[in-house]
Amino acid sequence: MSLDSKVPKGPLAEKWSSHKMNSKLINPANKRKFKIIVVGSGLAGGSAAATLSELGYKVECFCYQDSPRRAHSIAAQGGINAAKNYQNDGDSVHRLFYDTIKGGDFRSREANVHRLAEVSTEIIDQCVAQGVPFAREYGGLLDNRSFGGAQVKRTFYARGQTGQQLLIGCYQALEKEVSKGGVTMHTRTEMLDLVVVDGHAKGIVVRNLSTGEITTHAADAVILATGGYGNVFYLSTNAMGCNVMASFRAHRRGAFMANPCYTQIHPTCIPVSGDYQSKLTLMSESLRNDGRIWVPKSAEDAKAIRGGKKKASDIPEDERDYYLERKYPSFGNLCPRDIASRAAKECCDEGRGVATTGLGVFLDFEDAIKRDGEDAIRARYGNLFQMYEKISGDNPYKQPMQIYPAVHYTMGGLWVDYNLMSNLPGLHVLGEANFSDHGANRLGASALMQGLADGYFVIPSTIAVYLANQKPGAVTTDHPEFKRVENDVKDRLKSLLEVKGTKSVDSFHRELGLLIWDKCGMARDKEGLEYALKRIPEIRNEFWTNVRIPGSANGLNSELEKAGRVADFIDFAEVLCHDALAREESCGGHFRMEHQFTEADAEVQDGTTQTGEAKRHDDLFQYVAAWEHTEPGKAPILHKEELIFEEVKPSIRSYK
Amino acid sequence: MPLLNLTLKVWRQENAKSEGRIETYEAKEIPTSASFLEMIDIVNERLIQDGEEPIHFDHDCREGICGMCSMTINGVPHSKERGITTCQLHMRKFSDGETIWIEPFRANAFPIVKDLVVNRSSFDRIIAAGGYISVRTGSAPDAHAIQIAKPDADAAFDAAACIGCGACVAACKNASAMLFVSAKASHLNHLPQGQAEKDQRVLGMVRQMDEEGFGNCTNQFECEAVCPKEISANHIAKLNRDYLAASARDSVS
Repeated sequence: MSLDSKVPKGPLAEKWSSHKMNSKLINPANKRKFKIIVVGSGLAGGSAAATLSELGYKVECFCYQDSPRRAHSIAAQGGINAAKNYQNDGDSVHRLFYDTIKGGDFRSREANVHRLAEVSTEIIDQCVAQGVPFAREYGGLLDNRSFGGAQVKRTFYARGQTGQQLLIGCYQALEKEVSKGGVTMHTRTEMLDLVVVDGHAKGIVVRNLSTGEITTHAADAVILATGGYGNVFYLSTNAMGCNVMASFRAHRRGAFMANPCYTQIHPTCIPVSGDYQSKLTLMSESLRNDGRIWVPKSAEDAKAIRGGKKKASDIPEDERDYYLERKYPSFGNLCPRDIASRAAKECCDEGRGVATTGLGVFLDFEDAIKRDGEDAIRARYGNLFQMYEKISGDNPYKQPMQIYPAVHYTMGGLWVDYNLMSNLPGLHVLGEANFSDHGANRLGASALMQGLADGYFVIPSTIAVYLANQKPGAVTTDHPEFKRVENDVKDRLKSLLEVKGTKSVDSFHRELGLLIWDKCGMARDKEGLEYALKRIPEIRNEFWTNVRIPGSANGLNSELEKAGRVADFIDFAEVLCHDALAREESCGGHFRMEHQFTEADAEVQDGTTQTGEAKRHDDLFQYVAAWEHTEPGKAPILHKEELIFEEVKPSIRSYK
Repeated sequence: MPLLNLTLKVWRQENAKSEGRIETYEAKEIPTSASFLEMIDIVNERLIQDGEEPIHFDHDCREGICGMCSMTINGVPHSKERGITTCQLHMRKFSDGETIWIEPFRANAFPIVKDLVVNRSSFDRIIAAGGYISVRTGSAPDAHAIQIAKPDADAAFDAAACIGCGACVAACKNASAMLFVSAKASHLNHLPQGQAEKDQRVLGMVRQMDEEGFGNCTNQFECEAVCPKEISANHIAKLNRDYLAASARDSVS
């Protein structure tokens, strides 16, 4: 099957405006006849639901949380990028576009990324008008800071809780539409399957998590904005409930999963402390504006620190290795996430790691406190420092933080075209759940930008491209397919409950997560991936014969909810590993040990790059890998969308 | 790592209609560096092993921002530690041999769903009654069209930090939602963008709050003491002023 990205013709900077001009519209009187289902109420889903309702569509919005305001977008700390150039430091739409393409290691679609950069400025306007309290300067104008992979200050922020403030703005817009009757909100309701009628996505089957009731819902189009799949690793910075079920159910029903191997490991998280650990906590990338990352130069000193015989302050300046500043002098501590994470892993692999486990590096504010004073640092990062102290018990004003990379974001997701529609007609995918804008690595402060761009500005316009050819209300839940899928869902819940084995759902999730982290984490190789592909079916088999889920399907049953999600993570992990195995190159968050620069490469000899850096193979892999589901245990089928670069020339990514 | 042996007294309730009761559980060998919710995870893992239903509780982000976790610990919502949510509480704050009482957030307007899980959708309905600025997507002026003095922006932010957890309600002997409602209204009422709809907002939100069955404020400041974001009860005074002015204007219009 050929994948048509539907990228409009014409010069890059004019594609979005000409596409809007050339697309069909739906007149206001007809919009109210169309019903749209939105699954997920984070920045992408919430903004889409609110805006589509403002336009006049009837919207049904679903979330598993007890309120749409709790979606995991809320936890984003650092900020949101926009090409406003309020700092007069040379920013522009083109520069944001270029930085994002380069940050993604030349594995994203130019037209999508350019559109993202274009609408970024409108997002800030919209949010300020809603009352989002972005940080301001004394003159009353908006403040900006810098994030990884950029040499301009284009990040807007709201203390350390930008995600919460943007989501509150979006949630309030959503509740405004609820009060007007345009949006019907279904909280504590989880999508358990997608209903496809004559090849088109026309509805969903959901479970009311409080009562256990299963219901079906039909619509003219379905939008998934259900976030990423980071919890396949068990430990991640995602919320406990984040899962891949909605995306994976759609994948099983025919939607292609694109580039799942592009996973982002965030460099600055609080290190793992024990087996009981349920999640990892992110320390915002913004800390790298002032914090300096280092490990001792000698493994001996590192060992003394791990054993508690030495403290960070005992290591003299010339015995410290500020490795990011050393390796990447022009970007320093603000190099992109994939690069910072891999560098941390290298130091720890060399035995120079700190923290009790040896898996940690220092993030040190001593110089910044000397330079700007403790009060200034408190004003910038106070809540992050407090969060760190609560978890670790250490005071970061006195001792450097100890941090280590952790799974944070997933660039891969369901394949979508320029209109954000998957290969399955009618199914649209927004935000982290799609694959579209970040290539192989996402830059900091770009996730909030993409979620809101998709929801506020892209889908409200592009959904009409699909709807204009649909007869509103043509499919209802009376169609026999709804009953059939509903029965599938009920059978699956029944089978899960009937296993009555001996091991908890979490124990399977932990086992799967450790395997994937080990074999498909920060560094991957053929042997490890093949091992993982051998182990996953064994885990699946044991899961379906030995999982223990107490209680019933009637009413709230958190173990049953988790079981359905973990069952899909197991199947999804196979697609992830197949993709990582097939992509015989290193790019962004996907690092294949076999493909890195060595002394033998001309690019190292002439100083373009250095040993150990990711080595892409543009001649062979300059494509989006979109996987078609076959059946669990069987390899999915690869479809390719070639990436065409008209504006930028892919080059070796250098942050030296 | 030091380990703790604890006794838990936990509220168990099958569903909204059934009677609840306190059950006793032994929580043995709990690492001090575990979080409070990880301690419950450990206890639940053992309950599942023993074929019992685990303790149901709300939680999601586990980093103090989503507002989902909602436990009353030894009689205090989110525990006696100041400025944190339940998920940010760590076991190093407890000592070996202690008995810990764990109950849901209690209020008529927060009916129990199961065990420690309550339904807080009344908060959503209060927001829908006016807790927003009506700006259609795409109709906003440039973000720098309005300058906002830093003190106003900061005051709005202090109120906007509310995570909607409901601890303020659970701590109040009247189950009043005044701290929540005042924080939400104060966030928008402090900003120039929020002026146009200020009266409708205040009247709408307060009326909805009453309709949901929340009690009234009698200035005990328990809400402020337990708020994980340490939101000041001064916002309640502002809400009262704004409400008085709005209802006066409403009665003559």
